[in-house]
Order: sequence, then structure tokens, then C-alpha cells
Amino acid sequence: MSDDKNHEAVEPSYLTAKKGLMSWLITVDHKRIGLMYLAATMFFFLVAGLLAIALRTELFTGQQDFMSAQTYNKVFTLHGAIMVFLFIIPSVPAAMGNFVLPLMLGAKDVAFPKLNLLSFYIYCIAAIMLVMTLLLGSLDTGWTFYTPYSKSTGSAVIMATMGAFVAGFSSILTGLNFVVTVHKMRAPGMTWNRMPLMIWALYATALIQIMATPVLAITLFLLIIERTLNIGIFDPAMGGDPVLYQHFFWFYSHPAVYIMILPGFGIISEIITVHSRKHIFGYRAIAMSSVAIAVISFIVWGHHMFVSGQSELAGVVFSFLTFAVAVPTAIKVFSWVATLYGGSIRYTTPMWYGLVFLWTFTIGGLTGVYLGTLSVDVHLHETYFVVAHFHYVMVGGTVVAFLGGLYHWWPKFFGRMYNETAGKISALLVFIGFNMTFLTQFFLGHQGMPRRYYAYLPEYEVMHQVSTIGSWILALGLFTVLGTLVMALKNGERAPANPWKAVSLEWQTASPPIEHNFHMTPRVTGSPYDFPEIDKSAGAHH
Amino acid sequence: MIAYFIPPEKLGTPPMSDSPWELLPTASNHAQSLDGLYILLTAVTGISFVLVIGTMFYFMWKYKMKSEDDKTSPLTHNGKLEFAWSAIPAIFLMVFFVWGELDFVKLSSPPADSIDIHVTGQKWYWTFEYPGRPVAATTEVEDGEIAPLLVVPKGQAVRLTMTSKDVIHSFYIPAFRVKKDVVPGRYTYVWFEATELGDFPVFCTEYCGDEHSSMLAVVRVVEPEDYKAEVAAATTLEQGEGESLEQFGEKVYKAFACNSCHNTDATRKVGPGFGGLYGKSENLADGSSVEADENYIRESIMEPNAKIVAGYTPQMPSFAGQINDEQLNALIAYIKSLK
Ligand code: HEC
Ligand SMILES: [Cu+2]
Ligand SMILES: [Cu+2]
Repeated sequence: MSDDKNHEAVEPSYLTAKKGLMSWLITVDHKRIGLMYLAATMFFFLVAGLLAIALRTELFTGQQDFMSAQTYNKVFTLHGAIMVFLFIIPSVPAAMGNFVLPLMLGAKDVAFPKLNLLSFYIYCIAAIMLVMTLLLGSLDTGWTFYTPYSKSTGSAVIMATMGAFVAGFSSILTGLNFVVTVHKMRAPGMTWNRMPLMIWALYATALIQIMATPVLAITLFLLIIERTLNIGIFDPAMGGDPVLYQHFFWFYSHPAVYIMILPGFGIISEIITVHSRKHIFGYRAIAMSSVAIAVISFIVWGHHMFVSGQSELAGVVFSFLTFAVAVPTAIKVFSWVATLYGGSIRYTTPMWYGLVFLWTFTIGGLTGVYLGTLSVDVHLHETYFVVAHFHYVMVGGTVVAFLGGLYHWWPKFFGRMYNETAGKISALLVFIGFNMTFLTQFFLGHQGMPRRYYAYLPEYEVMHQVSTIGSWILALGLFTVLGTLVMALKNGERAPANPWKAVSLEWQTASPPIEHNFHMTPRVTGSPYDFPEIDKSAGAHH
Repeated sequence: MIAYFIPPEKLGTPPMSDSPWELLPTASNHAQSLDGLYILLTAVTGISFVLVIGTMFYFMWKYKMKSEDDKTSPLTHNGKLEFAWSAIPAIFLMVFFVWGELDFVKLSSPPADSIDIHVTGQKWYWTFEYPGRPVAATTEVEDGEIAPLLVVPKGQAVRLTMTSKDVIHSFYIPAFRVKKDVVPGRYTYVWFEATELGDFPVFCTEYCGDEHSSMLAVVRVVEPEDYKAEVAAATTLEQGEGESLEQFGEKVYKAFACNSCHNTDATRKVGPGFGGLYGKSENLADGSSVEADENYIRESIMEPNAKIVAGYTPQMPSFAGQINDEQLNALIAYIKSLK
């Protein structure tokens, strides 16, 4: 484990090897591209988060307070569209994945470094397009752009769907790059079964990105064609079929849910093992369940449409398949908990986030079972129950894992340690704030409160108020995260190459790494979870 | 064919339950079985949560690091355990699936002798039409506001045939646990048998634009013997005694939800404001202009796309065949009176 070899200290890190703004803008170094993605996605997380706080504050009372109906509708649309297309989808794969994937594989870079930079610029163009809708001022369709509403409302829809369309290309190219990198650039000795689970998760995600995103692109393209050329595709007034749009849209967007969550699973597998000094429980089951989820996710889209007027038979089939996804997901949660067994748990900030994830994601997963159940979904569909469920998965799952990953890899990114106490306070605030905000919304949902309402019946007011106060605490927690990470850069202690004594390859080089990652191509001889503390003499099988 | 979009605080239906964790009233035949399944789901998922998170807490406490050189367990997998925790959830999931499926099939199969009521959704109100009645059913709620009203008899199957005039809406009665999207260009159906007397809220649950939150209605469950009389009372829109033409016009105006798109002063909303409209010269989108007289107003209501006001898009639905002559005269008189 002694990795601070002397000559590593003399070679400059990727951060200092080249200087000046241009050296960043035209870089093909996956680490720098990862950081640029990180800065951009964090910026949009902040923007969309502030919009969310504005929404929750408007909902503090049942009447209209400080936003008009139109403003509210635009704000929730932007909140959703920015969070999904500009933050969650690129956050873990493109930002964090870009940085760690080649390092974890023992590679010098991704397979196509220039393509990687291109994906980043395509993402920037998409971001500009989506933000431009603000200036055009009339995007109020919700992030789902359902027809025929999206046909009848203001012209910013074309710009926004073009933005999502372009963002899709960035996503496809990143996916392609990752798949090739994983196939071709693993260090000698790294068999598929010796890949860290983070890689498996990014690999499964990349497959979905390549296969599903083109369908979104085609769908949005058809939408644009319909609007600009007045060809009836989805609009019943011109002989189109509005429900067809929903089929197309969810054919992408359900797998997209897994584009958003699978990378989070990967982070959690790393955090839980490293900080409890245990081999992952059920490596094969976790890896295979990622792939199983990726495959099944393509055939469950209809569960978003149980009350849309699709045929009853379709509803029954989709419900059945949805339950089939629940099993691999459950296996993962059980395996993570079992990993803790017999460990030596270090309560670092990343570990706290890992444990918060287990709590919130378990709730997110279990409430998904309600929604997969046909008759129950008829009642809960498009209510706050759904809002609460997907925030438990997307925020309680992906975002919490992302935050844990930030703390886990921050020393590797920048060679600086953060302040543990402040980090733990952030985890506590996020935990309390998040659960207050969204647990209440399950109750609102089963009481029938519909989503996307800016004003509501007086009987829902108390729960809404608890939820709003929770959202303020959550915001405080997230600002604490920002504070601790920025402070770490300014005056954090220097991080050693391997502060967590992890075994996977990204920790076997300097923090921050040198420009070409490794001095010598590393060789892999065993599992990435083979920690020195593990008591081999205890006699359990491998 | 009259209705009104209504701010939620004015709907005035009594609270459906006393506290947020209580279940909603079981006011229809579908509610009971669904609540049973809901409770089963809550019990099973609740116990699962306690088991998983309880185990996590136990391990967190038991295996907290004691010293830097703790030894840890070499355990990497356990086939039997992994089989068990795949199979046991799968069994429960199948129970939920089958129960949910059976109730769903029931939700989709209305009995042959159901009472038929026609429902139309449009931005942003519901229209409940009863066979043979001249106007759609409404009721006066708080502050003189008028809400669409669905009157149904207790204990009899009712089938709603629904369609939309513009975008997709969704028809939802929480107390009955029924919901179905209302789609333009096709019919969808909901059926139920109400089992509890009283007034319950109806929501639109598919986002449909500005006043989606106010696309509300009341469903009123009455005794079967009162049903006819209640329907008759709810489906009449006539000039009342001692009511001036303008006053009646205002009622018509609200009943057809003109105010969802128009203001009564000169400010713009979705469409132009009506203050000072009468008699002025209106600029049209094609560059010409027209004097806003009675004929123009009548045409604007019956054939709204014939002349489009400059600066607006053709969003107004036609009211031809919905508003009768008396109502139209009153409506025009009312618009004329707006200064
Ligand atoms: C869905 C929104 C909507 C509803 C509901 C609606 N209108 Fe309109 N209305 C518009 C729009 C938009 C225009 C301007 C475009 C046009 O001329 O068609 C308009 C124009 C008009 C005009 C011409 C105004 C002018 O300044 O020249 C009149 C009169 C009118 N509406 C009357 C009514 C009446 C009466 C009702 C209720 C029975 C009603 N509208 C319901 C959207 C609506
Ligand atoms: Cu889905
Ligand atoms: Cu609506």
C-alpha cells in the first residue's frame, strides 16, 4: 500500500502541468473535462435548486402568494428540465465518471479523448439553448413536453426540445466513449470480474444511453417537425395521436431513470466497501443486477401510462414487468447492508452519505412498489405520492450518492482534505431536510393532492408547510456542502495519495494524479475490494 | 355545457379526512378493496423497511471501528441467503400484482345498466352533461362562485364517457379512487358506484396550463329518490325573477368560464380584456380593423377564429351550440356594460 514513491512528487499534477484558460478549454484530459462538467452541472444544480425553493415557498399557503399561475408553471418546468437534462443525467457519468473511470481502469485516458471534449461542448450548447427559453419566456409544458399541450403553447417549446435533443447527443457520445474504454483499456490483469462496481454501473449506464437516447431524439424531432411543418403526428386536431407521444417519450425516459440512478449505485458500492474495510457482498449479483436492470428498463415504460387510456392488457403486462425490476433493485440494497456485516466501519462523511442513501433509497424503492400495483397507481398517479417517490429515488438516491462521491473523491480530484465535522453536519442537515420535505409528500399524495398545482384545497396546508420548512433545511445542508468543499480547496490539508487506504486503482497514483494518470501501467492481481484488514484465516469462502 | 374554473379555496367541499395519515373516505365501491391493498402494501413495505434499516443500524453499532487494525470478515457472498432475499420479495410482489390487477380489471369493466353521463374537459373546467338537459350541471359554491357539479345517486353504477376539447386532462375523484386521462379526439371511461352521501372534490390531474390548479369540480352523492330533482335543479341556467339582463349575463359569463381567459377591465389575460371594448375600433391580426359592435361580439363568441385580435393567438374555443340565444343576449349586454 505504500504508494508515495518519491518520483511521483516531482512530476506536476494534471492541475498544474499546463497553465492558462486555454489549457482548460482545449484540454483532452479526461480529468479536466470531468472537472469542467462538474463545475457546469453543479452550477445548474444550484440554479434548479433555487427554483425548487421558490416553488416550495409559493406552496407554503394554499392560495397564490408571490407567483402568478403562469410564473409557477414556468418555474416548475425549468426546475424539472434543468435538473434532469443538465444536472442529474450528466452529473455522475459525465462529471464524476469522466474523472474516475479511466483511473479506476488503470488507463491513461478514455478511448476517444477528443470526442470527450466534443461531448462537453455539445452539452454546453444544449445548456445555452435551454437557458435561452428563459429569454423567450414561455416554456410552461413541464419537462415531459406532453402533446398536444406542447403544441398549443408558446414558441419556446421548440428551443427547449432542441436543447434536450442536443443534450441527448452529448449523452450518447459519452456513453459510446465509456463502452469502448471499458472494453479496450482495462489494465493488464483486470478481468471483467475484477472491475470495481462503479465501472460496472457506468458501463450499464452507458449501454442505456446509447440505446435509449436516440429514441428521445427522434421523439423530440417529430415534435419539432409537427410544430414547424404542421404535419399531424401527435396532435389529434391534425389526425395525430397524443398518447403515441407518451409511448415514445417514456420509452426513453424510463430507461433514463436508470441512467440517473445506476451510477449512484456504483458510487455507493465503492463507499460502503472502502469505509467499512469489507469486500462487497455479492459482487456478481450486484454487477449482474445492474445489467438486468438496464435490459428490463426498456420494457416497462407503460407503467407511466396506466390511466392514459392505453389498453388494459398493456397495463397488466407493464405492471408485471415493473415488479420484475423491483427484484434486482432489492438485491442491491440487501447486499449493501450485508456488506457492513463484520466490518470495521469508519464514520467519515462519505460513509454518512452512503448510510443516508440506504435509508432514502430504500424508501424510494419500496414506494415504487405501490406505484407498480395497478389499482393503487390509479389512485396515486399524478399526485404528490409520485413526486415524493421520484425525489426519494433521484435526490435521496442519485444526489445523495453524488454528494457522498464528491467527498470520497474530492481528495483525489484536488489533493485536499475537507473538514470532517463540517462534512458530517452537512450530511445531517441534508438527511433531516430531505426527509421532512418529501416524507410529508407521500401523505399529501395518498390524500389525493395532485401535482403541478400552485394553489390547493385548505385541507392540504399543514403538510405543505412542513414540507416547505424541510426544503429550507435541505437547502441549508446543500450550501454547507458547497461551503466545506470550497473551503477544502482554499485551506484544506494536503491529501495523501490514498487517504482511505482503498485498493482500486485510482488511489494508486498521486492526489491529484499526474497528467497521464500512472507512471507505469498498473497490473491487477485481485479484487478491488481485497482490503488488508480482511481476515483471510477466518475461513469463509471467496 | 356550463361550468366554471374555480380557485381551490372557494370550492368549499368539506375536508375529506381529519388528519393527513388517515385514509380518505371510502365513498365508492372501488375504494374498499383498494384501501385493503393499500394497507397491506403499507404493512409489508413498512416491515421490510424496519428489517432492512434496523439491520443496518445494528451493524452500524456492532461493527463501528474499534481500532485502526481491526480484522474484518472475509465474507463475500452466500448463495442461500441471496436466493432467499430474491425469492421472498418476489412472492410478495406477485401478491400485490395479482390483487392490483384484479381490481384494475374491475375498474375497467362498467356494468351494462350504468347511468351514462357525458364529461368534457377543456381549459380549465369540466362540463357534465345529462341526457335531455339543456345546460350542464353547476352549483353555487363559496362567495357566489359557480362550480361544475356531478350529481350521482348513491348505490347505482354510473359510467362517465369523457373527452377533451383541447389538451389532455385527467379526471380524478380521490374519495372514489378513480382516475382516467381525458384525451382529445377519443373517448375514455370511468365508472363507479358511490357509497357515501355528501360533496367531494374532483381534480384535474394532468397538467393543462395556466389554471390547471383551478380546474376543479364537485361530485355530489344523493339518495336515489332525490336524484332526478337534484339533476334538474343543477342543469338550469335562466334569467331569474328580478334579475337584470346584465346580472344574468354575468352569471352566464362565469358559468362558461369566460373569465379563465378574459378580464373585465382592459388588462390582457389569455385573451383581451373587455373593459371599454364595446364601440371601439379593434385591430385585427390580418392588419384590418373592425368596430366592436354586437355583431362582432356575437361572432367572436360563436366563431372565434373568424377574426383574430392583433397580438393574440387563436386559442378561444367556439361556444356555438352551447350558449342559447337568451344567454348570448345577456352575455353581450354584460360585455357592453363593462367600462
Ligand atoms: C381558452 C381561453 C378563452 C376562453 C375560455 C374564452 N376566450 Fe374569448 N378570446 C380568447 C382569445 C385568445 C381571444 C383573442 C383572439 C381572438 O380574437 O380569437 C379572445 C377574443 C374574444 C373576443 C374578442 C375580443 C376583442 O377584444 O376583440 C370576445 C368578445 C370574446 N373572446 C368573448 C369571450 C366570451 C364571451 C367567452 C366565454 C363564453 C370567452 N371569450 C371565452 C380566449 C378565450
Ligand atoms: Cu418508469
Ligand atoms: Cu389540468
